Amino acid sequence: MRRYFARKLLAYALTFAVAVTVNWMIPRFMPGDPVASMVARAGSSQPEAVDAMRSYYTRLFGFDQPVWQQYLHFWSALFQGDFGVSIWVFPKPVSEVILDALPYTLGLMIPAILLSWFAGNWLGALAARRKVLDNTVLPASYLLTAMPYMWVAVILAWALGSKAGWFPLSGGYSLDVQPNWSLDFLLDLLHHWVLPFLSLFLVALGGWAIGMRNMIIYELESDYSSYLSALGAPQRLIRRYAFRNAVLPQITGLALQLGVLVAGALVTEIVFAYPGLGSLILAAIQNQDFFLLQGTFLFIVIGVLIANFVIDLVYVVVDPRTRTGMAGGTA
Amino acid sequence: MSALPQPAVDVTETLSPGRETLHYAIRNPKLLIGFTVVIALLLLGLVGPLVLDNSDPMEYVGPQAAAPSGDYWLGTTTFGQDIYAQFVHGLRATFEVGALGGAIAAAIAMVIGFLAGYRGGMTDEILNMFTNIVLVIPALAVLLIINAYLGVRSVSVQGLFIGLTSWPWAARAIRAQTFTLRSRDFVDLARLSGCRTWRIIFREIAPNMSSYLFMMFILLFGGSILVAASLDFIGLGPTDGVSLGLMLQSAQQWSALQLGMWWWFVPPGAGITAIVGALYVANVGLDEVFNPKLRES
Repeated sequence: MRRYFARKLLAYALTFAVAVTVNWMIPRFMPGDPVASMVARAGSSQPEAVDAMRSYYTRLFGFDQPVWQQYLHFWSALFQGDFGVSIWVFPKPVSEVILDALPYTLGLMIPAILLSWFAGNWLGALAARRKVLDNTVLPASYLLTAMPYMWVAVILAWALGSKAGWFPLSGGYSLDVQPNWSLDFLLDLLHHWVLPFLSLFLVALGGWAIGMRNMIIYELESDYSSYLSALGAPQRLIRRYAFRNAVLPQITGLALQLGVLVAGALVTEIVFAYPGLGSLILAAIQNQDFFLLQGTFLFIVIGVLIANFVIDLVYVVVDPRTRTGMAGGTA
Repeated sequence: MSALPQPAVDVTETLSPGRETLHYAIRNPKLLIGFTVVIALLLLGLVGPLVLDNSDPMEYVGPQAAAPSGDYWLGTTTFGQDIYAQFVHGLRATFEVGALGGAIAAAIAMVIGFLAGYRGGMTDEILNMFTNIVLVIPALAVLLIINAYLGVRSVSVQGLFIGLTSWPWAARAIRAQTFTLRSRDFVDLARLSGCRTWRIIFREIAPNMSSYLFMMFILLFGGSILVAASLDFIGLGPTDGVSLGLMLQSAQQWSALQLGMWWWFVPPGAGITAIVGALYVANVGLDEVFNPKLRES
């Protein structure tokens, strides 16, 4: 068991190292000069001011040091929790800006991912049972999963927010309320949370429903299902065993889909101006705040790695074969 | 005297494998509907811009923020640009990025998947680790960073980078399939006759997986379109030109939602949904055509 997790941790550490290296490499190998673009943004024509800004940004990016020193410096800053200083909300450090926005993104993503996974699996299993359900659920699921996340968000905002007026169109909370721990504020927060959550939920739901339906059909055609039904077992029992077996690839599927779900959450936040990482990324791009962008990238990678590790843990708990395999036995 | 009843002869028994596939393909409704929708939109994207009055979809031609009417089929933007013109030009860019991204991703996935699956051993371990690393790192995050630093962005560069980041799952699937095929007799025979690795892969293994590879390409094509739309929406799309994602971005930027201009944000998203959804449905149909066990009739 320990060796299995040690191997997994090593793989994730390697992935993190690669991500950090990619993050460090890209500004230095992309065409164009970020320092020049930052200086040009200030729009000053005085040569002294331009020189001062140029030397400041060169020092900030670390371009004045030899390459290997820049790389080591990047890593040491990372371990100290220093992601740089945000240019957009200068002089606030990037880590502070990101940590302010992180709770909103997590509050949106984690319920959406978990609930859509459970509901999608349940729906897919249901659809695999009857032809009638199958013929409605399956095309609807294909339609849902083909929709781009931001379009569903805009459509929901328009239908339920603008036209029906049931939900607010933007923001994490109302403009006239100050964040505090009162029930009113929490209700307001929830009110603003519903539409972004719903759009993430619906699109992800389609994907899980399709996958689960295919897996259940595959399991119901397997040998043990035929054997059980030949023995006279009730259909419900067979379906229960089939469901348990079908859930396993769905768990691995969740790990694979994390990147897509994160991307979906980011664009959904942009549509609703929800104060999470998505809006932060949009602001960083519009203001050419490279450090904020790189900081968010690292945060996202760390988050995805942690989620992958948690899913690996869950898989070991759920699938007894991995545990026997690790103890040296045969499945 | 009545004649003895003749046993029914399956018409497909007399056809060659290729013709048999075509026979089933034509009779599969999912495949037909899916491909028809995709081809129709492709034709619209190819021919549409040619029959328009003027060639620049970004030109201010009409009344501002007008609803769809006889003159402007999809209405106009807040600046008075023709949304239908933008839509048909955008279809072109969307298909282009999908084809480019899908082709590059498919090529990389095939090289890595075949090599890892056929060679096994150390090559497999190394390629597997590499695939896992690229798999776990979220593609959009990497694309964000890359595109933010690119000064000028074009559709081809966007397609290139999307292709470079979306191949891992396909490589894994191809590797798994290659594993099952490499222990077959015909591969052993080819190896005995002295064929080199890549020759065996392309002459023996790949043709046996051709249906699988084709379906993989369709899924990569659809995925590419969705990723490109997300990138465009965030503001990292091509710096000039139109695409469906860019239309959604400008609709968002100019408050189309708050102003109730549904004709600006509904068509581009509906276009993307139609293309990608039709591709997925066609993929399911193809699966049924190639895999006799799944055929319903």
